[in-house]
Amino acid sequence: MFARLVYESFRRQKRRKLLAGAAITLGVTVATAMIGVATDIGDKMNRELRQIGANLVVTPQEDSLDVEIGGVNLKPPTDGAFLNEADLPKILGIFWHNNITAFAPMLPVNVAIEKDGSRKNVTLVGTYFAKRLSYGTDAITTGVKTTYPLWKIAGAWPVDDSQTVLIGERLAKQIGVKAGDQISVGGREEPVSGILATGGAEDDQILATLNLAQEILAKPGAVKRVYVSALTKPEDAFGRRDPKSMSGAIYDRWYCTPYPAAIALQLTEVIPHSRAEQIRQVAQNEGTVLTRIEGLIFLITLAALFASALAVSAAMATAIFERRAEVGLMKALGAGKVVVASIFFAEATLLALIGGLIGFGAGALLAHQIGRSIFNSQISIQPVLLPVILAIAVIVTFAGSAMAIRRAVRLDPVFALRGEL
Amino acid sequence: MSGPVSDSGRELAAKREKAPHTSMLLRMMVRAAILRRGRAASALFAMVVAAAVATAMLNLYVDVQAKLRTEFRNYGANIILVGRDGASLPSDALARVDSIVAGHGIAAPFGMVVARTSDGQPIVVAGTDFERVRQLDRWWKVSAWPSLDNTQSSQNQGEVRHPSSELSPALVGARALAVVSPTNRPFVLSFQGQTMKVTPAGTVETGAAEDSRVYLSLNDFVAWTGVRPETIEVAASGPPDEVTAIMNQLARAIPAAEVRPVRQIMEGEALVLGKTRSTVLAAAALVILTAALCVLSTLMGWVFDRRRDFAIMKALGASGRLLNGFFAAEAAALGAIGAVIGFLLGIGIAAWIGRVNFHAPVVPRFSVLPVVLAGSIAVTLLSAILPISLLRRVQPAVILRGE
Repeated sequence: MFARLVYESFRRQKRRKLLAGAAITLGVTVATAMIGVATDIGDKMNRELRQIGANLVVTPQEDSLDVEIGGVNLKPPTDGAFLNEADLPKILGIFWHNNITAFAPMLPVNVAIEKDGSRKNVTLVGTYFAKRLSYGTDAITTGVKTTYPLWKIAGAWPVDDSQTVLIGERLAKQIGVKAGDQISVGGREEPVSGILATGGAEDDQILATLNLAQEILAKPGAVKRVYVSALTKPEDAFGRRDPKSMSGAIYDRWYCTPYPAAIALQLTEVIPHSRAEQIRQVAQNEGTVLTRIEGLIFLITLAALFASALAVSAAMATAIFERRAEVGLMKALGAGKVVVASIFFAEATLLALIGGLIGFGAGALLAHQIGRSIFNSQISIQPVLLPVILAIAVIVTFAGSAMAIRRAVRLDPVFALRGEL
Repeated sequence: MSGPVSDSGRELAAKREKAPHTSMLLRMMVRAAILRRGRAASALFAMVVAAAVATAMLNLYVDVQAKLRTEFRNYGANIILVGRDGASLPSDALARVDSIVAGHGIAAPFGMVVARTSDGQPIVVAGTDFERVRQLDRWWKVSAWPSLDNTQSSQNQGEVRHPSSELSPALVGARALAVVSPTNRPFVLSFQGQTMKVTPAGTVETGAAEDSRVYLSLNDFVAWTGVRPETIEVAASGPPDEVTAIMNQLARAIPAAEVRPVRQIMEGEALVLGKTRSTVLAAAALVILTAALCVLSTLMGWVFDRRRDFAIMKALGASGRLLNGFFAAEAAALGAIGAVIGFLLGIGIAAWIGRVNFHAPVVPRFSVLPVVLAGSIAVTLLSAILPISLLRRVQPAVILRGE
C-alpha cells in the first residue's frame, strides 16, 4: 500500500514532480561542478604559475660562490664543483616524481664570439631544450622549453643533439645576428636557429645544447645547476618546521607532503653531492597566490552550495504545500502523522536520488566544460564524490521538506479539504 | 437621514472619487503582505538571499583582479632600469623614479662590484637601500635587517665617513657567510686597494644569486667603492596599461637608463589573473542562476497560493489588466526591497570575504546596484507573470470552489 501510494504519486503528478526534480537536479549540478572546480583549482593554478619559471634549484654542494653581475659570469668557469649529467634522470625516481613537471640543467661557460670581424666575450649557457629522458619505466621530455614556457623565440628551437644555438635578443641586436645566420663561437661556426627574448639575463647570453657547453669547457658530463619545476603545496606552519627536529611519524608526514622543502630534500637524496633549495621569489609567492585563489574559490563554492540548498528547499516546500488537500484526505481516512510524513519523506528521498544522479552527471559535464574553456585541460570529478553528493542531496531535500511536511501534517483535515488555510 | 450625514457621505464619496487609485493598490499590497506574513516573509527572504549572493559575486568578480595584483607585487620588481652599457645611473635617477612611481609602487637602487675577501676570493658586494628592499623583495628570508638594528648609520648620513676605521653592518648571503665569516665575526673586503671592515648583521636566503653576495647600505657602499648604483628595480602596481605608461615615463625621464620589463612576472601575472577571473565569472554565473531559480520557485508558489485572492478580485469585476498590474506591482516592490536589502548584505559578505581571504576589504562597487536591482525586479516579475497567465484562463468559480 505504501509503495503504491508513492508510485501513484509519481505517476499522476508528473508536473509537480518534474518541477521539484528539476530544482534538485540543478542544485546538484551546480554543487558538483563547483566542488569539482574547487578541488582542482589548486592544481590548475599551480600549473599556470609554473610558467613563471622553476621553483627549485639544485647546485653542487661544495661549490664556490657565484660571481655574477647582470647575468655575466665573472669567475673562471672551470672553478668550483659540478654535478654529473648522468645523475639527472634519477630525479624521476623521487617520491614526488609525478609532481616534477620539468627540469633543465645549466652549464654556463665564457666564450668569445666573432661576427663580421668584431669580437665579444659573452656567456654561453648549455642546457636541454626538449630532451627525452627515461628512468626505469618513467620517461619525460624536459628542458627550458617546458620549464620556461613564456620564453619567446623568433625562429626555431634548436634540437638537443645538434650544434645549433639561440642568441639572446639584446646580444643579437648588438652584433647584428638573425635566425639562420652562422656565428663563430669559440672558434667554431655554429648555425643560429633563433633569437631568444626572455626579459631576463638570457637576453645577453647564448643558449646552446649541454653537449656543446661541455665540449667548450672540456668537461664531459658536467652540469652547474639544475632548475626544477615542481607542483608544490603552499608552505604552512607545519611545512616551515625544521625536518631535523621531527620524530619518525611526523617526519614521514612532512616527507610525504609536496612542500617545496620536502621535494628539495628528496632531490638532494638522489643527486650525489648536491644541495637543493627553493627559489624563494617563485616558490614563496606562488604559495601566497595559490592560497588566495583557492580560498576565494572555496568561499564561492560555499555560496554555491548554500544557494543550491536553498533552491532545493524552496522547491520542495512549494511542492508539499500544494498538496494540503491530499494530506487532509489521508488524515480523514485515518492515516497517522507518521505514515503521512513517511510518504513525503520517501518521495523526497526518491526525488533526491534521481535528481542527484542526473545532477551529478550534468555537474561533471559542466566542470569538464569549465576546465576545457578556461584551463585547456580536464577537470575530472572523482567517482568517490558520487555517494557524498547523493547524501548531501538527500539531506538537503529532507531539510527543505521537513518544515513543509510538519505544517502539512499538523493541518486539520476539515480545513485542508475545504481548501482553506 | 439628516442633511449633515448625507452631506458627510457625499463628501466622503467625493473624496474617494478624487483619491488616486494608487492608494487602494497600495493598501491591497500592504494588507496582502501583512495577512500572509509567513509566505511573504519567505518570498522576501529568498529575494534578499539571492540579491545578496549576486551582489557579493559581482563585487568579487569586479575586484578579484585588483586584489590578486597586490599579491603579485610580492614577486618583486616588474620593471628594471639599467644604466646603458653598464654605466652608473645619474645621481638624481632614484629621486626621479620615486616621483613617477609615487603611490603606485616602490623602487630600490642596487650597485654592484666584485671585491676580494681577505684570502683573495672574488665576491660580489652590493650596495642598496635596506628599507626599500625590505618592501620590494618580500620573499627574502632575512634573519635581521641591518638598517633597523643600526639606527646610527642613518643619523650619521651627513657626516664624512671613514670607511676603513668603522664597522659597516652588512646583510650577508647564506652561502657567502660560510666563505667570508663562518664564525659570524667582522671581516675585511677590499676593492681596488680600498679596504672595508664589515660586520655581518644578518643573513639573507633566497635560493638565487643573492645567497652569494654581501649587501651593504648604499652610503657605505658609495663611500667605499665610489661606484654609484647602476640598477634600479621598480615594482609598479596597477593593470598592464598603467605599468606600460610608467615604463614610458621612466624611459623619458631618465634617458641614460635602459628600461626593461620583467616579462616572466608580468606575463605570468596576466595569465593567472585572466584565468582566475574567468573561473570566478563562471562560478558567479552558476551561483546567481541558482539563486534566481530559488526566487522563481518561491515566488511562483506564493502567487499560486493566492489564487483565491485572484479569483475573488476577478469575481468582483477586476479587469485582467488591473490584476496583472496588481501582481506585477507587488512583485516589483518585493524585488526592489529585496534587492536593496540584499545589496547591503552582499557588500558585507564581499567585504568579509576580502578580509578573510585577502586581508583587505573588497571595496563596495555601487555600479553593481543597478544591475542587481534590474535583475531582481526582472526575476520577480517573471515569477509573478507566469502563474498569473496560467490562472487567467481558469474561471474564478472553479478556483473558489477549491478545485
